[in-house]
Amino acid sequence: MPDQEKINYLLHLADTTLILSHRNSEWCGHGPVLEQDIALTNIALDLLGQSRLFYQYAAELMGNTDEDQLAYLRTEREYKNLLLAEQPNGDWGQTILRQYLYSQFQQLLFQQLVTHNDQQLCAIATKSLKETNYHVRWSSEWVIRLGDGTTESRERMLHAIDELWPYTGELFDPAAYESVADVDFTSLQQEWNKRVKLIFEEATLPVPEKIFMQQGGKTGAHTEHLGYILADLQYLQRTYPNSIW
Amino acid sequence: MPVQDFEQLFQQKIDAEVKIEPKDWMPDAYRKTNIRQISQHAHSEIVGMLPEGNWITRAPSLKRKAILLAKVQDEAGHGLYLYSAAETLGMSRDEMINDLHSGKAKYSSIFNYPTLTWADIGAIGWLVDGAAIMNQVMLCRTSYGPYARAMVRICKEESFHQRQGFESLLVLSKGTPEQKAMCQDAINRWWWPALMMFGPKDSESTNSDQSMKWKIKRKSNDELRQNFVDMIAEQVKVLGMTLPDPALKWNEERKHYDFGEINWEEFWNVVKGNGPCNKQRLEARRKAHENGRWVREAAMAHAAKLAERRKQEAA
Ligand SMILES: [Fe+2]
Ligand SMILES: [Fe+2]
Ligand SMILES: [Fe+2]
Repeated sequence: MPDQEKINYLLHLADTTLILSHRNSEWCGHGPVLEQDIALTNIALDLLGQSRLFYQYAAELMGNTDEDQLAYLRTEREYKNLLLAEQPNGDWGQTILRQYLYSQFQQLLFQQLVTHNDQQLCAIATKSLKETNYHVRWSSEWVIRLGDGTTESRERMLHAIDELWPYTGELFDPAAYESVADVDFTSLQQEWNKRVKLIFEEATLPVPEKIFMQQGGKTGAHTEHLGYILADLQYLQRTYPNSIW
Repeated sequence: MPVQDFEQLFQQKIDAEVKIEPKDWMPDAYRKTNIRQISQHAHSEIVGMLPEGNWITRAPSLKRKAILLAKVQDEAGHGLYLYSAAETLGMSRDEMINDLHSGKAKYSSIFNYPTLTWADIGAIGWLVDGAAIMNQVMLCRTSYGPYARAMVRICKEESFHQRQGFESLLVLSKGTPEQKAMCQDAINRWWWPALMMFGPKDSESTNSDQSMKWKIKRKSNDELRQNFVDMIAEQVKVLGMTLPDPALKWNEERKHYDFGEINWEEFWNVVKGNGPCNKQRLEARRKAHENGRWVREAAMAHAAKLAERRKQEAA
């Protein structure tokens, strides 16, 4: 199966964007201020749209399936999303930081995917990149605001860094199927470190050093959180199989 | 000029269909009525996000999830426009939100009912947004300019919501026996609360006469409710479902549907805070506001620091 690696890579991108969208969508109606509730829901919608494009393309290559079967009928062990995406929302600061760390990565990655030799992957990356640029801007501004805001907000951001940093190593530790991406992960990581450092500096936040990094999401070994996300996400399709909605 | 003359001029403007704008003179009661109504409307949009938000993570397909997320986001946008419209009358958004949280300000009782199944999301779009549109189409011509203009924008999106809700029920109505039953059950539960959205009967309604004279309202509660019943009684046939009212019957003489008596005891009970979800809804809003306090404070503190730094750089 020559396409299997590509399919896995597409599923990895689809799962990551879907799960992060799911987490962000949990905020809808509960944000700290109306304008930001709308902004985060916007990001959830963008990510959901991206995930659908990846699922649809994967389904096309696989044949005999569709976006909903892929999202709703695969198990915890089949999901390939980044561990970072499934981490709980925590407070607004933790949600913001999770978004920034991921978006900064996605931006750099997709900047490379836009020249990929697979036309369709290219097209999806190009469309998504415009959205991602905005996600980076919005989330980095918030990281700065909260890091440099009050004593309380700074403490909360320090806590968020503690919680989330161990999941950033996985971004740059490619699974076998990621050879499809044709990306140099070492230079990607250097660039990511550089940018994150700049934002953290402006936010007066420290960049952690030499912390043990968790991994496994890309190959289906998740934290316990994912099972609950899928129980929620897949509930109707599992309860009423073979129905059209 | 004595106040009576101002009042006369004001009424002449209203009668001549000239919109009242924020800087225009207006009777105190007109200002208060508008603040009360517009802020109540804004609160309804925001509290209304909760019952529907309840199904975002569980929507049964990615397409339905995207539609629902976008819809709930629209409602937040409506809340924003309406808070801005109310602010033109001299009350800040913070004050309005405090009144909501203290229980002083009301919001539409419909959102104190729970969304128990996925079909409730379709039923809300079809019946609740549908009932809201009846009211809001009329409000596009309300006499206070900023409110009327906000309503024009909002109405377009609301009719979109209604069509999407209906379409989602249509799919269920053609689905498996379980889906059909889910669809009928949701209609059964949402029908009467939707009828209550139009408020008390005209004979019982206290503020109606003055509001009509000032053209804040242009149709009475009973008129709007009748229009709604006539519309839905036809649409439900397309779904192959029924409305839970044995008295519902076309009246050839009146050219309207007759319908049964609303349970007014339930209506007043929910208004007084005893609906199935009154507590949870207010609690969720208060909690969001409380949990957001440090975020808002940090944003202000950072903005102040930035301004200070710029000042020093300039000096
Ligand atoms: Fe609404
Ligand atoms: Fe609305
Ligand atoms: Fe709506």
